Amino acid sequence: MIQFRLNGEAVSVDAHPMARLLSVLRRDLRLTGTKEGCGEGECGACSVVVDGKVVNSCLIPMSQIDGTEVLTIEGSGHANIQDHFLAEGGTQCGICTPGMIMATRAFLEDAEATGAAIDEDSVRAALAGNLCRCTGYGKIVAAVLAAARTEGDA
Amino acid sequence: MRHVGNRVARPEGPAKVEGRAVYVDDIPRAKDEWVGGTLRSPVAHGKLRCIERGDFDFSRVVVVTAEDIPGDNVQALIVDDQPILCADTVRHVEEPIALVAAPDQGTLCAALDALEPRIDPLEPVFDAERSQDVQSEISIDKGDVDATFEGATRIVEGEYHTDSQEQLYIETQGMIADPPTADGTITVRGSLQCPHYVQKALRRAFAVPPEKARVVQCETGGGFGGKEDYPSVVACHAALLAHASGHRVRMVYDRNEDLLATPKRHPSRVRHRTVVADDGTLLAMDIDVLLDGGAYTTLSPVVLSRGVIHAAGAYRCDNIRIRGRVVGTNHVPYGAFRGFGAPQVCFAIERQMDRIAASLGIHPVVIRQRNMLRLGDRTATSQLLKESVGSEEVLRRILAHTGFDRHEWRKERSGNKRRGVGLSFFYHGAGFTGSGEEMLKGKVTVELDDDGCALVRAGSTEIGQGKNAMFTAIAADALGAEPDAITIVDPDTAAVPDSGPTVASRTCMIVGGCLDKACRTLADRVGGDPNTPFRERASAFVRGGGDAVATETYGSPPGLQWDQNAYRGDAYPVFGWAADVAEVEVDLTTFDVEIVRFVTCVDVGHAIQPQIVEGQIEGGTLQSIGWSHIEVMTAENGRFRQDRLATCIIPTSLDTPPIDVLLVEEPFSNGPFGAKGVGELPMDGGAPAIASAIEDAIGVHVTHVPATPERLLEAWLEAHPDDAFFEAKR
Ligand code: FES
Ligand code: FES
Repeated sequence: MIQFRLNGEAVSVDAHPMARLLSVLRRDLRLTGTKEGCGEGECGACSVVVDGKVVNSCLIPMSQIDGTEVLTIEGSGHANIQDHFLAEGGTQCGICTPGMIMATRAFLEDAEATGAAIDEDSVRAALAGNLCRCTGYGKIVAAVLAAARTEGDA
Repeated sequence: MRHVGNRVARPEGPAKVEGRAVYVDDIPRAKDEWVGGTLRSPVAHGKLRCIERGDFDFSRVVVVTAEDIPGDNVQALIVDDQPILCADTVRHVEEPIALVAAPDQGTLCAALDALEPRIDPLEPVFDAERSQDVQSEISIDKGDVDATFEGATRIVEGEYHTDSQEQLYIETQGMIADPPTADGTITVRGSLQCPHYVQKALRRAFAVPPEKARVVQCETGGGFGGKEDYPSVVACHAALLAHASGHRVRMVYDRNEDLLATPKRHPSRVRHRTVVADDGTLLAMDIDVLLDGGAYTTLSPVVLSRGVIHAAGAYRCDNIRIRGRVVGTNHVPYGAFRGFGAPQVCFAIERQMDRIAASLGIHPVVIRQRNMLRLGDRTATSQLLKESVGSEEVLRRILAHTGFDRHEWRKERSGNKRRGVGLSFFYHGAGFTGSGEEMLKGKVTVELDDDGCALVRAGSTEIGQGKNAMFTAIAADALGAEPDAITIVDPDTAAVPDSGPTVASRTCMIVGGCLDKACRTLADRVGGDPNTPFRERASAFVRGGGDAVATETYGSPPGLQWDQNAYRGDAYPVFGWAADVAEVEVDLTTFDVEIVRFVTCVDVGHAIQPQIVEGQIEGGTLQSIGWSHIEVMTAENGRFRQDRLATCIIPTSLDTPPIDVLLVEEPFSNGPFGAKGVGELPMDGGAPAIASAIEDAIGVHVTHVPATPERLLEAWLEAHPDDAFFEAKR
């Protein structure tokens, strides 16, 4: 049994230690908000936050998840980011969006903790692991910057 | 207009940002659901002798081959040359040979491994220039080209090449098929652009009438043309397995299979010979277009058609000859990708215009101003441009914004990192070519319910482009209702009419136009005091027994004429116009190209949803930027080399410059609220603008995209044969 906290709740799953976190989330736990675009760590559609860091869940074996805190798109605490993605036009087909939002969340929380700058360049760097084929990224970057400005107000 | 022109929320947006949107692979697995897979050819050309069965208990799975197909073994599209499963001759690598369904993935893989196709190899053809197999040929003739060449003093010649490109929707292809019900109805649901295309393919494969082949679109994670024709293949495969096994069957490609087996942009070679006057006026254009169609015809004749019509660019010339050919090879069939033949020819003509400008020593802007099509001019097909011609305005606006007309293009530059700026100017026909729309007769139905809410039934799909919000805005304003009174019914062939495919920049202009008319019909019927909310009035009307359903069928605007044999006349109802300016920095050590800045100015007629229109333009432009220098897609012995996302590269947020979008609105009288198509246009101009900027930066004439570092080094060495430093690096 692998035990961890998922979106704030304790869970234990009977998974093979080498099973991918992505598959366990999608198939065993029926949390299909996390997407698969490549299965090899290139697209970021499968991004989730593990212990405050954004990771590609397609590359993470369950053995590494034991005892961690996992956040997915189904969890709470990213409504502000989601609102700005909608307001700024940061989602089109939407398949990259959950991953983008989780990467954004990790980035904004990290910046808040470290006081790192949040600007166009740092946002682009933070999202470099998340591919989007629809938007051209501009409206996603705008959404993240807008979310950063209002973070805490929500 | 209260909602048209102002932001309406995407109806499906909240589900997308919250991860609740249901894409095909998010559908929960049914208890007795099976998984399907495809046995594919390892070779590009050969005779299929047999499929050997190795050491495996095949009673655990179901295997389907060509002879198990209940209807015709034909992938129904334009020409009946492509089988659903190969029965005899293999024509491309990864061609489907057999299908397997199994209770689980492990069993499926074991079964596929135990099947061995025996193929006697035949000589493949990979070079389009050498192919004898002409899939389609089109000519355009205007004026007297030969006579103009005879007396010519100045002829500029150029040859241009573009490589293939992968659509790279982030959601791969996928379908789920249910076994036939007691009355023989087959249902498939999946990721797709054109439900009625899929229905047509299933009808043929199963020999059933339309009502027995039901197709439901799931939320779709991008298409860009890649989900125009290929979903029919996956749907037929999944449905055949469901039919044979009696189980629900899920087929979702992994990225590797998707990259190797599905159609991509047609590679092209375009030759230009142009007679020009000393002041740069185009006197005659002789253009030869060659596309590699790959192993089967698929949509290639239509891609060629758009390519040929756009080959002379957005320019005026009295004497034009265009010869276009798409030929068969043993490559994986090439297919639809945003732009549909136009990006290839746009690259060629825009590079040719720069070449002409350079040969005359005049500015790239001047050559375009001198020759651009304006209101009242005639195109290559002799189409008279009667209205909604934003050509002058897009150029004026982009020059005012960028000052490119004052930039000294191709001035000798120094240093190891060299900056350059380039321009492209282009147009794109909106909607189907020629009499296409007339033949399609797309339909939209709007229905009022007891509560006075409107249900919009259309076969158009939401693939991220914003159809739902755009239709909501059109319906709301045409009815005089609020957006919350509008429901866009999800595409399901059992619930929506055939509005024609979601392709060709036609959803807003053509289908949106029908929606507008249907809603106005209903608004007239409902009548009443406009100060009373529409829902109240509509509810009373419906409860009072009023006729609550309006169906609108597309009819071409009066006066459009198209001669399909001569390729002459009104090729499109209207054109979108655009200009791009790119600024690049080329590193002379690595020949890496960085895009510093990108500006695009687009005439969209009228922006129904400005934010969504900008999103389309930014996304399409980035695909063009990617194709210009980053996105390499090449085949070796007919097999795509870029078979994973680690090697099939598209731009990330870091590769992407800020893209400034300027909108021009020259309304089109026959589009809804003046709107015309915008989906494909942004794909056309990025690559030539960047090639032009690279030429400005380092002085080499880029004639082949993508302009990879290897190609640029090659071109640099050709221009600087005694550059010892680079010679040593070679
Ligand atoms: S699916 Fe994990 S990075 Fe693409
Ligand atoms: S919105 Fe479609 S991939 Fe990002």
